[in-house]
Amino acid sequence: MSGTFVGMPAFPQAAREAVRDTTLRGNLRHATHTIRAKRAKAVAELSDWAQLREAGKRIKDHTLHHLDEYLVRLEESVTAAGGTVHWAADATEANRIVTALVKETGESEVVKVKSMATQEIELNEALEAAGIRAYETDLAELIVQLGKDRPSHILVPAIHRNRGEIRDIFAREMSGWGRPAPEGLTDTPAELAEAARLHLREKFLRAKVGISGANFMVAETGTLVVVESEGNGRMCLTLPETLISVVGIEKIVPTWQDLEVFLQTLPRSSTAERMNPYTSTWTGTTDADGPRAFHLVLLDNGRTDTLADEVGRQALRCIRCSACLNVCPVYERAGGHAYGSVYPGPIGAILSPQLRGTASEIDASLPYASSLCGACYEVCPVAIDIPEVLVHLRERVVEGGQAVRDGNKVVLQPVKGHAAERAAMRAARWAFSHPGALRTGQRLASRTRRLHPRTLPGPGRAWSGTRDLPAVPAEPFRDWWQRTHGRGGSAAVSTTTGAGTPAKDKAEDKDGDR
Amino acid sequence: MSSRERILGRVRRALADVPRGDGAPYERAVTRDYLREHGDRTPAQTLDLLAENLADYRAIVHRTDAGHLAEVVAGLLVSRGSSSVLVPPGLDESWLAGSDVRRVADRAESTPHELDRVDSVVTACAVAVAETGTIVLDGSPDQGRRRITLVPDHHICVVRAAQVVPSVPYALERLDPARPLTWISGPSATSDIELDRVEGVHGPRVLEVVLVG
Ligand code: SF4
Repeated sequence: MSGTFVGMPAFPQAAREAVRDTTLRGNLRHATHTIRAKRAKAVAELSDWAQLREAGKRIKDHTLHHLDEYLVRLEESVTAAGGTVHWAADATEANRIVTALVKETGESEVVKVKSMATQEIELNEALEAAGIRAYETDLAELIVQLGKDRPSHILVPAIHRNRGEIRDIFAREMSGWGRPAPEGLTDTPAELAEAARLHLREKFLRAKVGISGANFMVAETGTLVVVESEGNGRMCLTLPETLISVVGIEKIVPTWQDLEVFLQTLPRSSTAERMNPYTSTWTGTTDADGPRAFHLVLLDNGRTDTLADEVGRQALRCIRCSACLNVCPVYERAGGHAYGSVYPGPIGAILSPQLRGTASEIDASLPYASSLCGACYEVCPVAIDIPEVLVHLRERVVEGGQAVRDGNKVVLQPVKGHAAERAAMRAARWAFSHPGALRTGQRLASRTRRLHPRTLPGPGRAWSGTRDLPAVPAEPFRDWWQRTHGRGGSAAVSTTTGAGTPAKDKAEDKDGDR
Repeated sequence: MSSRERILGRVRRALADVPRGDGAPYERAVTRDYLREHGDRTPAQTLDLLAENLADYRAIVHRTDAGHLAEVVAGLLVSRGSSSVLVPPGLDESWLAGSDVRRVADRAESTPHELDRVDSVVTACAVAVAETGTIVLDGSPDQGRRRITLVPDHHICVVRAAQVVPSVPYALERLDPARPLTWISGPSATSDIELDRVEGVHGPRVLEVVLVG
């Protein structure tokens, strides 16, 4: 990964600032609660959800365990279907490849479909430096791009903006990028969407080069898959003459049949739909239908380093559904920007420090951006044990140890001056000043423990390992904290939860609030 | 060393802990004890479910039989006020026999701007998935190039009963991965502005499905 968001403060500080932003908190609360409720309903429609989840997990694990073989097979099938495969070890190399490919076409503008991989490598900035303008075409990404902003959610990147702000951004900025916003634009969502349609259509219809990511790549057939709602993906994949897809090497599935698992779990987990409005698949190029040239850039950029970590590699199973964001009490309050990366929320807290290493303050603090409540694990459609990885990374921050960076074995030093301890303290103190978040967390934690007896003893074990404590049995994080940091900790708790009301009592009457 | 070799080398080193070459076939590595279909339905019930789920995602569904198809299609074009309709090369001519709306052929050399000036498009489909309310186009001659169902604002898709499958696993089995596929579940939509659903940012804003049989 090519570094953190510019000048990003560590998580606890950024989170504290975000918590003061009432617009952000209101929007986030509305968004996460709405999606969460809908998702639960969509998942409940499938009686075999647990089996689908297990199959998804195993498909991804098997692929990761044989990733070299599947990469080679994918390369063969994409090539046989008329595509060209490029390999990029890091962000710089990927940007160089894409820039050169665009230049070869003689074009100076490209249309882009939302792609976390290209955000991760900061492709737009690299293209701009080479005199190429990249137009984001997803409505939310357009809002973010015109607002000179950063996305804050995987699925709804502009969730931190409300309609009035969006109207102002469109009215002010659209003319600088192409077709201006219509006169007298109001802030109704339908009018805003229509303004975006007209503005972007002008770009789609003349576009010669499209850039995308992909949700899946099928090794067996060389097929790429993009899952979306708006149709901007279809536009970018269909109308240009040249298509360039930048995709993380972990996005492979072995066979065509494997899609039956993910095309069932991804939409329901993500937008809570039975199926998203559009899914496009393409295999190389097709005569006179769609792009005449197709380039696939396979991106490493820290993924093989993550793969080298036996505990942490499970993060590479992620299919970016964003379900873990929507259940996370910490994300709900802190917002996406506090994570200092294109990957926010619980998945960001484990993926970013692995892709980038834990040298920076923000990355060292991310493993603490959690109350370890376990809700993220419970909703994850590929069963990534996020709490387990968080604790593993905390251990690494505090104790140092073996890791792989840029393909080389390194020995990490413990983060100096107990910075990590301080980060942990601050993160915890912050969580305690938001008792609602914590209660939600605890309820879910106890439920998760009942369902998955294996999970929580893990964190307990690791915590005790790093803290020189007797083995801690599974217990709510809050109880553990009160017991082990009783002096300062309990005082903070009693002042903020209102006269020291036992958390358990309050947890019960918050039942409907989850 | 090329980046290809570098990345593959890193992957192999990263997997030093994983036993290699155990020869176990992929089929045995993954449990597939999930359901092929959710629920037990007659073919007629499967059709009903498709209609229901399509409508739930705001496609407009019409049901008819082969004898009335041309009439229904003509009616849809009229009520939409369309003066031109895109026709894929292999479309059954009888489907449009009831309409005198100007035909526009799907030609490889037609530009996106030309397509943008056409009012409607009529196609067949490859498969329809009842459980998810999805139609799948695979670019066969009766469906035309991907772009013709994307740029015009009004898409009429004719689905025959024999093309309806219950679920996603059945659909994948019938589809050819070598063809470019477009899975459509309702019209283009976004919830990016305060989670209010708005139809049609980029793709066709109106999707009408005519179920035959
Ligand atoms: S970690 Fe799991 S829940 Fe979170 S985005 Fe990835 S797949 Fe979804």
